[in-house]
Amino acid sequence: MLLNQFLILAAALFALGIYGLLVRRNLVLILLSVELMLNAVNINLIAFESVFRSELAVGQVFAIFVITVAAAEVGIGLAIVIMIFRNRRSANVDDLSLLRW
Amino acid sequence: MTPLVLATEAEHVVEAGITGGFWVDTAGIMLVLPFAAFLLIMAVGKRMKRQGAEIAIGALAINTIWATVLFVLNMTEGVLAKTTFEIARIGTVAGKEIVFELGWVVDGLSIMMFFLVNLIGLLVFIYAVGYMHGDVRIPWFFAAFSLFAGSMLLLVGAPNLIQLIIGWEGVGLASYLLIGFYWEDLDNVRAGNKAFLVNRVGDVGLTLGAIIVALAVGSFDFGAINLAAAEHLEALSSVAVVGGLLLFLGAMGKSAQFPLHIWLPDAMAGPTPVSALMHAATMVTAGIYLMARTFPLFQNLAEAARPWMVAIGAITLFAMGLLALVADDIKKVLAYSTVSQLGYMMTAVAAGGYTAGLFHLFTHAFFKALLFLGAGSVIHAVHSNNMSEMGGLRKDLPITYWTFLIGSLSLAGIIPLAGFWSKDEILATLGDEGYTAVMWLAIAGAFVTAFYMTRTVALTFHGTYKGHGHPHESPRVMTVPLVLLAIPAAIAGIFSIPGVSLPGIGNFGQWLAVREVAMGDHHGEAIEWVLAGSGILAALAGIALGWMIFSRDRGTQTARDSFEVPVLYPLLRNKYYMDDLANGVVGGTMGPVARFVNWTNTYIIDGLVNAVALLTKALGSFVYGIVDQLGVDGVVHGLSAAADGAGSALRKMQTGRVQQYAASVVGGVLALIIVFVFVT
Amino acid sequence: MELFETWGLTLIVFLPLAGALLLGLLPKENELSLKTVALLASLGAFVLSLVLIGQFDFSAGPYNSYQFEVDETWIGAINAHYHLGVDGISLPLLVLSTFVMVLAVIYSWNHWEEPRNPKAFLILMMILATGMNGTFLALDLVLFFIFFEVVLLPMYFMIGIWGDRTPRKIPGFGREVETRLYASIKFFLFTLFGSAFMLLGFLALYFESGKSGPRTFDIVELTKLGADGAFTGEFAFLVFGAMFLGFAVKVPMWPLHTWLPDAHTAAPTVGSVLLAAILLKLGSYGFIRISLPILPEEAANWAPAIAILAVIGIIYGSLACLAQTDMKRLIAFSSVGHMGFVMLGIATLTDIGINAAIIGMVAHGLITGLLFFLAGSMSHRYHTREMSRLGGNIRLMPVMGGILAFTAMASLGLPGLAGFWGEFMTLVGSYNPLQGLSLGVFRTAMVLGAVGTVLTAGYMLWMLQQVNLGEPGAEWQGQEFHDADRFELTAWVPLIVLIVVIGFYPKVVFDTTTDTVTSLVNTVFNSETVASLGSGG
Repeated sequence: MLLNQFLILAAALFALGIYGLLVRRNLVLILLSVELMLNAVNINLIAFESVFRSELAVGQVFAIFVITVAAAEVGIGLAIVIMIFRNRRSANVDDLSLLRW
Repeated sequence: MTPLVLATEAEHVVEAGITGGFWVDTAGIMLVLPFAAFLLIMAVGKRMKRQGAEIAIGALAINTIWATVLFVLNMTEGVLAKTTFEIARIGTVAGKEIVFELGWVVDGLSIMMFFLVNLIGLLVFIYAVGYMHGDVRIPWFFAAFSLFAGSMLLLVGAPNLIQLIIGWEGVGLASYLLIGFYWEDLDNVRAGNKAFLVNRVGDVGLTLGAIIVALAVGSFDFGAINLAAAEHLEALSSVAVVGGLLLFLGAMGKSAQFPLHIWLPDAMAGPTPVSALMHAATMVTAGIYLMARTFPLFQNLAEAARPWMVAIGAITLFAMGLLALVADDIKKVLAYSTVSQLGYMMTAVAAGGYTAGLFHLFTHAFFKALLFLGAGSVIHAVHSNNMSEMGGLRKDLPITYWTFLIGSLSLAGIIPLAGFWSKDEILATLGDEGYTAVMWLAIAGAFVTAFYMTRTVALTFHGTYKGHGHPHESPRVMTVPLVLLAIPAAIAGIFSIPGVSLPGIGNFGQWLAVREVAMGDHHGEAIEWVLAGSGILAALAGIALGWMIFSRDRGTQTARDSFEVPVLYPLLRNKYYMDDLANGVVGGTMGPVARFVNWTNTYIIDGLVNAVALLTKALGSFVYGIVDQLGVDGVVHGLSAAADGAGSALRKMQTGRVQQYAASVVGGVLALIIVFVFVT
Repeated sequence: MELFETWGLTLIVFLPLAGALLLGLLPKENELSLKTVALLASLGAFVLSLVLIGQFDFSAGPYNSYQFEVDETWIGAINAHYHLGVDGISLPLLVLSTFVMVLAVIYSWNHWEEPRNPKAFLILMMILATGMNGTFLALDLVLFFIFFEVVLLPMYFMIGIWGDRTPRKIPGFGREVETRLYASIKFFLFTLFGSAFMLLGFLALYFESGKSGPRTFDIVELTKLGADGAFTGEFAFLVFGAMFLGFAVKVPMWPLHTWLPDAHTAAPTVGSVLLAAILLKLGSYGFIRISLPILPEEAANWAPAIAILAVIGIIYGSLACLAQTDMKRLIAFSSVGHMGFVMLGIATLTDIGINAAIIGMVAHGLITGLLFFLAGSMSHRYHTREMSRLGGNIRLMPVMGGILAFTAMASLGLPGLAGFWGEFMTLVGSYNPLQGLSLGVFRTAMVLGAVGTVLTAGYMLWMLQQVNLGEPGAEWQGQEFHDADRFELTAWVPLIVLIVVIGFYPKVVFDTTTDTVTSLVNTVFNSETVASLGSGG
């Protein structure tokens, strides 16, 4: 019934997330963008679940997985960002290009 | 060790009284003792009082006992026995197994030779004690001499061709060793080499002949071969002439028949006792012995060969005798004389005179050994071989003179000395068998013989002494053998008087006839006085002429040696240029040929190998420098350059900026989406 | 004894190798222990081979039956077996091999060439012993090939490291090369060249045998197939030719002989001795063991050619000897001549001829081995091999000079000494070769061989004259010469004794070989083979 709209919403959020991932210079904001993308995927999953109603509630279970993984990932990601900031006095991604040719 | 096998066919059976018994069964000891003496002398000879001569003489003395007993037994009853030991089975030919054996055969022929070799050997050994006194290397002398005696006995006691060949080459070895006894002077060594090599040339014939004959019969055994010959075995008939001539070639080498005689005069370089025993009485007679041992082969199957053999014997007899006319070295005179007499023997045996030839061998052994030992006595006294430095020695060396004279007269063939009887029998044989021309040649030869012997006696013992020393008679150890040898030289003729056949006397032919296979032989019935008379006349003429020319002593050398026959004498002095021919042919070709072969080997064959190597190296350089380094390696380098370039280009992608990586991921995903959704 | 039955041959082959390994572990300073180990290893192999003689059944069966066999599958994938066995033909050669090795070790006791390294040299000798013993006992082509090749490396190093260092100008090469370097590489590559073709031949037999059953490298099996006529025609021609190359280089046959003089002049004394006494026998043994039984028809086709080459070798070798100035080189060429007689004997394809070849091999091993010992000892004392400078040796060193004279007489084939039988019997065999073979070729070969004996006498007497006789040269005045010492004599006297014993009583060899050889000729060259000869097969 309202599937398309939710998919469009999820796509829009996903696109915003990508845009943020690719453009933002602040590490925290990049992580934020990644969160955004993950949440967009969640919306997608729930939307499909509501329409296709599987026996095992696959969509919802999967969404909970994603939330869990996202939480863990953000925790570690922010910890890394803080370590980087402590070592390099900067959270600007442009400054982190040491592994280059 | 049981005695043997007589011929099986009735008509060839020979009667013999004794076929076994102590002396016969142990006869092999004669073959072994001299070798034992050789080893013993080499080991302890140096420390003995007479430097090993005792051992050598002892061995031969023991041998002589056996030989004499056997000789007497053969004289009275006849002995015929053979003992063999197998030393190898080597395979089969035409279904027959070929076996090599060693052993000894004791029959009339071998007993005669045993007796000769041992008795004369013993006397020469005793003589040598005096002759070699104070000389160098006496133990080695007696050791080598014993080696010779052993080999000669092996040869004459050989029951088959294999042992004969072993003994044959053994005496050749001993000859080489003893001719080159004074090896400090390489000329003596060269003389020894010459003897060995000329013999070896003959031995090619002996070996090939032995193989051909033996394989046709299926055995190397003399008894088997002679039986096959007597029975006209087909397989043997077809090869008999070739085989016989080849065997004869071997005999020519050993018995110094023309043209393989060239080694004998040079062999005089050895000490005189060596010349006396080996080159007069025994070793050189081996060839005659071989012809006698294989007599049935020539009698029955190889008649075609015999005229050739007679011819060679005849040439030898005469041409060699002439060479004795011009020699100054007394030993060379005797050497040529020996060759000439061997020619007599060979021509007799070839003509069918088995007994005649062997009887002459028998008598000649005694008087020639006597002459050589006498010459040795003279040489010992004047310290020179040359007759131009001798003269008038009959006063100072009476025993030597008289014995030498007896020997000379015997050699010349003056009745009633031994030499007459044996020479006469040869003349009779030649005449009866139809070789009249050869017979007259032999009579002429008798003239020459007497002539040169008279010359020798006159130059040496008569006239005035030309040398510088104080000659005196030799010690008893040397003169006693001379006297002992003079006895048979004088009276041995009694053993074979034609027509007379008393037991123990005048039976030489019969003693020799006791052999494994009987064969035809020329028998003389009575003395042919015309023939005998011609022989004696020729001899007397020679003596007379010789005496006339050479006994005149004008006190100068030129007077006597001015006797010269134009054209002939220069030819003789150069020995018919045969030595020059031989040296030229051999030295002229062998050296260059050998060098050529070596050059070919180094430059052509090895050159090819080296060229292959060089080519391979060049190929390697090419392959390496061009194909490998530039080609194959070029590809490799190219690949690496390509990889390098690609790497240089591609690494630019690593910017280190995460967002760019993320961007490419997004781009890639988008691309995949487009592909999967819209294209497929 | 049961244990000996199964392990005897393996021990004979590998005991020296075990010795080599042990030597490797010992410190190189302790020379006495090194020498003792080497002596024990080689002596052990020799004693075992004597036990082998004692246990050998001389009346054993027909050809292709072996005693003390060991047959284990080794490389299953190609059906290669570890198959050892001995019969009347290999027994004398095996004993010769172990015997001469012992003598070589004894001789080496205090004779070392520069650079002095007893440990390395003895190890190489032991490896060589394993290779030689193994070749004579191997009954599988792969195993044979391995042992055949194993002997190359130690000899290469012996020549290359301890060889003659004088520089030589080789015709065709630019600069001068040290003799030892040239000779060792030449020897190695030349032999390997032949062996490569030989290997091809072996492989061809392997594949062809597959047509009549399972593919096999086994010599016993292949012999049976060969006798049944499995290998004929074009195939046989090529295979025989390939194997011929391998064996002929080793013999050495003319014209593949040129490596030999260089190898011998360059090699150290012991190297020369082992090369001449044993290594040369590997080639002719290969002919008798492999070429003839497996390819009998082809052997008969090739026989006249082999005879001609053999005779050329005899005459050529003798003539080349006459032009030599170097004593060892002269003896090397004499080997070419002697092996010519051996090959002529084999080419007759008769029992007498092959018998002659075997006793010729044994005699040559003893005689020429002794000659090289003497030449080596003499060159050691004189520091030269040039015969023009030597002379009067028998005065300076009577014992050694006497032994040299004796050995020279043996080498020229004096009857009564071992060398005579090989030559004489080869001539006997040549007179009546296998039925169907060209009488013209073989009888001419016989005559030429007999002429060859004259040439042999010629160069030997000439050598003696130059070296032994006459007066010693002025340059040796005042120099002290040590005659043969006890180690040399201990090594030489057994050889002298054997030469005389075999000379007068060749039964000791023939009782072992004759039956086997006769059986070989009868089974392999049976009426079918002979009949096909007549039809030009």
